[in-house]
Amino acid sequence: MSGPAQVKFYQTGTFTIGNRLLDVSVRSVQADENRSNSLTSGHRACQGCGEALGARYALDTAMRATGNRIVVANATGCLEVFSTPYPESSWQMPWLHSLFGNAPAVATGMAAAMKVKGRTDVRVIAQGGDGGTVDIGFGCLSGMFERNDDVLYICYDNEAYMNTGVQRSSATPPAARTATTPAVGGEPGNVMHQGKNVPLIAMAHGIPYVATATVADLRDLEYKVDRAMGIHGARYLHVHVPCPLGWGSAPHDTVKVARLAVECGLFPVFEAVDGEVVGRRTIRRRVATDEYLKLQSRFRHLFSPKRDEERLAAIQAIADRNIARFGLLGEGVPA
Amino acid sequence: MLKQVEGSVAIAESVALCRPEVICAYPITPQTHIVEALSRMVKDGRLHPCEYINVESEFAALSVAIGASACGARAYTATASQGILFMAEAVYNASGLGLPMVMTVGNRAIGAPINIWNDHTDSMALRDAGWIQLYAETNQEAADLHIQAFRLSEAISLPVMVCVDGFILTHAYERVDVPTQEQVDAYLPRYEPRQVLDPAEPVTIGAMVGPEAFMEVRYLAHHRQMEAIGLIPELAAEFHAVFGRDSGGLLHAYRTEDADTVVCALGSVNGTIKDVVDELRDDGVRIGSISLCSFRPFPMAALASAIGTAKRVVTIEKSLSIGIGGNLSHNLRMALQGRGGEVHTVIAGLGGRSITRESLRRVFREAIENRLEPLSFLDLDRGVVERQLERERQVRRSGPAAEAILRDIGAVAARPV
Repeated sequence: MSGPAQVKFYQTGTFTIGNRLLDVSVRSVQADENRSNSLTSGHRACQGCGEALGARYALDTAMRATGNRIVVANATGCLEVFSTPYPESSWQMPWLHSLFGNAPAVATGMAAAMKVKGRTDVRVIAQGGDGGTVDIGFGCLSGMFERNDDVLYICYDNEAYMNTGVQRSSATPPAARTATTPAVGGEPGNVMHQGKNVPLIAMAHGIPYVATATVADLRDLEYKVDRAMGIHGARYLHVHVPCPLGWGSAPHDTVKVARLAVECGLFPVFEAVDGEVVGRRTIRRRVATDEYLKLQSRFRHLFSPKRDEERLAAIQAIADRNIARFGLLGEGVPA
Repeated sequence: MLKQVEGSVAIAESVALCRPEVICAYPITPQTHIVEALSRMVKDGRLHPCEYINVESEFAALSVAIGASACGARAYTATASQGILFMAEAVYNASGLGLPMVMTVGNRAIGAPINIWNDHTDSMALRDAGWIQLYAETNQEAADLHIQAFRLSEAISLPVMVCVDGFILTHAYERVDVPTQEQVDAYLPRYEPRQVLDPAEPVTIGAMVGPEAFMEVRYLAHHRQMEAIGLIPELAAEFHAVFGRDSGGLLHAYRTEDADTVVCALGSVNGTIKDVVDELRDDGVRIGSISLCSFRPFPMAALASAIGTAKRVVTIEKSLSIGIGGNLSHNLRMALQGRGGEVHTVIAGLGGRSITRESLRRVFREAIENRLEPLSFLDLDRGVVERQLERERQVRRSGPAAEAILRDIGAVAARPV
C-alpha cells in the first residue's frame, strides 16, 4: 500500500478534508495544538508563500517523527533569508546556514559527526529551494546520494531563483516568464524542452527513498516526511511550492494553484523505494493545463494577445505524458 | 619514535594522533598521499572512531568539515592548488562562522598554465580568508604543526591551514620523530565547541547579518587572530615542554644578531637560505634569515624585532601578486613602518623552478652591493619573454603563449613530430 490510509470523508462537491472528523490519533501533525511550529511566526516570507508553508509542514512532521531530535542544514535562498534576519530566527531546532551550493555536503558532515559521537538518534535534514538544489547544489546533492549518507534532503521547488528576483533555474517550466527569460521576442518566456527532473535523477542513484509532494496535499506530505524519517540513508523529497510573487498568482490561491498543478498532470506526485516507483497520488478530477497556467501571469503571454496554440499544446502534451508514465489516472490505486 | 618516512605519511601520522572524528578526502596532487595514508588508518581500525568520507569535490570536502565541526566533531581535510580555489567560498565561510578545523595545504602552483609543482600561489590566494596560516620549514615541523594547529584552532575557534611545500616536503623521505599517543593526548585536550548544533539547546548558526553588525562580526575574527599572536608562541613553548623540541611559533630567526641584511621567506626554502647565510657568514658578510611560520596572523612586532637594525630585508617569495609583486614584502613593509631600510622583493621558484644556492648567493650579493631592484624575478629568462613579446608585436594571432614559449625553449613535449 502507498500513501496514508484513505479516508473518504470529504463533503460531496468539494475536496476539503474534514480533519475534525478524524480520530485524534490519525489527525495531521498540523492539526495538533502541540505541533512544534518549527518555522515559527514572525518570519518575513511574502503573503501566500508556498515555501514557508511547505517547510513548516515538513519540519513539524520530522520533529514529531524524531521526538524533536533533528538538525538542519539550509541552503542560501528565500527560505534562509526570510527566516533568519540577524539576530532573529524563526527556527525552533538547531539550524545552520553555510552556503548556497553546499547544504547536502554540510548535512553529510552533520550526519558523520552524529554517527561518530554515537548520537544516531539525532537525524539530519538538508533543505533548499530549486536553485540551491537542482542547479548550484547539484554536485553536492549527487555526492550525498551516491554515498547514501543518512540525510533527508528536501527541495522546495518554486521553479525559479525567487530570492534574487525571479530568474530562470533548471526547474523553471517551459514558456514561463522570468527576469532572465522575459516575455519578449518570437517565443516569449523560457525555452521549451529544457530543464531536468531531479526526482528521477535521485531515483537513478538507487537511494532508498524518493518522493514528490505538494503543499496542496498536507496529509500526503506529512506521510512522506514521516516515512522518510523511518528510513536510514539518503532520501529525497521534492515539494512543489507556488510563489505568488514569482508566478504572478494571487497570494490566496497558493494551495489552489498547487492543486491544479497536480490535477492537470504537470506535477506528478509519487514515491519511489530503491529506485522504483511504488506509489502515486491519482488525479481526482483531471483538468486541462490551461486551467493551471491561466492563474499565473508568468504564462500570460501564452494567452494574450492571442493564444499560443502550439506551445499550449506542447505543455498539455508534457502533462499527458506524465499522466501516462506515472499512471496518474489509475483506478484502484490508493490515493 | 624516529622514522624514515615520506612527509605526507608523517603528517598523516600526526593528524591521526590528534584523533580527528571526521576526515573528508578529495584527491589532488601533491596532498593525496596524506589522505591515502589516513584512509588506511581508518579502514584498518587504527584510527577509531573516525568517519572517513570520500567526497565529490574540494568544495564538498570543506563543506562536510563545516557541518561536522558545527556538530562538535574534530574535522580535518587536505587540499592543494586548484582545490583550495574550488573550495574558496567555503574557506571564507568556515572562518566567518568561527568553526575550528585543520586543513593541510600541499602548496602547489595555480593554473593556467596547469602545473603540479610547488609554489605558494594557492594558499596566498586565500591569505585574507580569515584562517590562521602556518608554514612548515621541514617535515618534522610539518608533522608537529598539525598537532599545534588543532590546539590553536579549537582554543580560538578559527580554522587553521598548515601549509606544506608540495613535493619538496610532502614527497621527501626524511627522518621524523613521530610522537606517541600519550604525548599528543597530554598536549591536545578534548574539543569543547563554543557553538554546537544540539537538539537539547537549539541554536541558529549562519544568520543573515546586515550593515548594522557585519563589521563587528568580521572584526571578531581579526581580534581572534591578534590574540593568536600571543597564543602561538605559548603553544610552541608548551609543545617544547611535552615533546622536547622546537617547532612552530611565530618565526624562526637565524643568525640575525648584528645582521645588516636579513632574508625573509616562508616554508622549506629556508633550508637553502640558511645554507647560503652560512656560506656568506664564512666570507664575513653580516647576514641572517627569518623563516616566517605564522603568515596569518602576521606577527609584525616579532618580525620587526627579529629584523632589528638591519639595513635591508630581502624577501624570497614563491608567489607573485600580479600587478604589484610580492605578498610577503607587502605585509613586511607594514612591520617596518617608521624605520629606515630597504625591502627587496625577489619572486622565486614559481611552478617548481629550483631555487639554487648559487642564485640566492648572487641575489644576496646584489642586494648588499645596492644593485638589486626593489622587485626582481630569480632566474627569469628575459630572452624567452622578450622573444614572445616580439612575436605578439609581429602577429595579431600569435596563438597560445605557453605553447609558443615551450616551442621556443625546445621542451621535448612541444617539438613537432
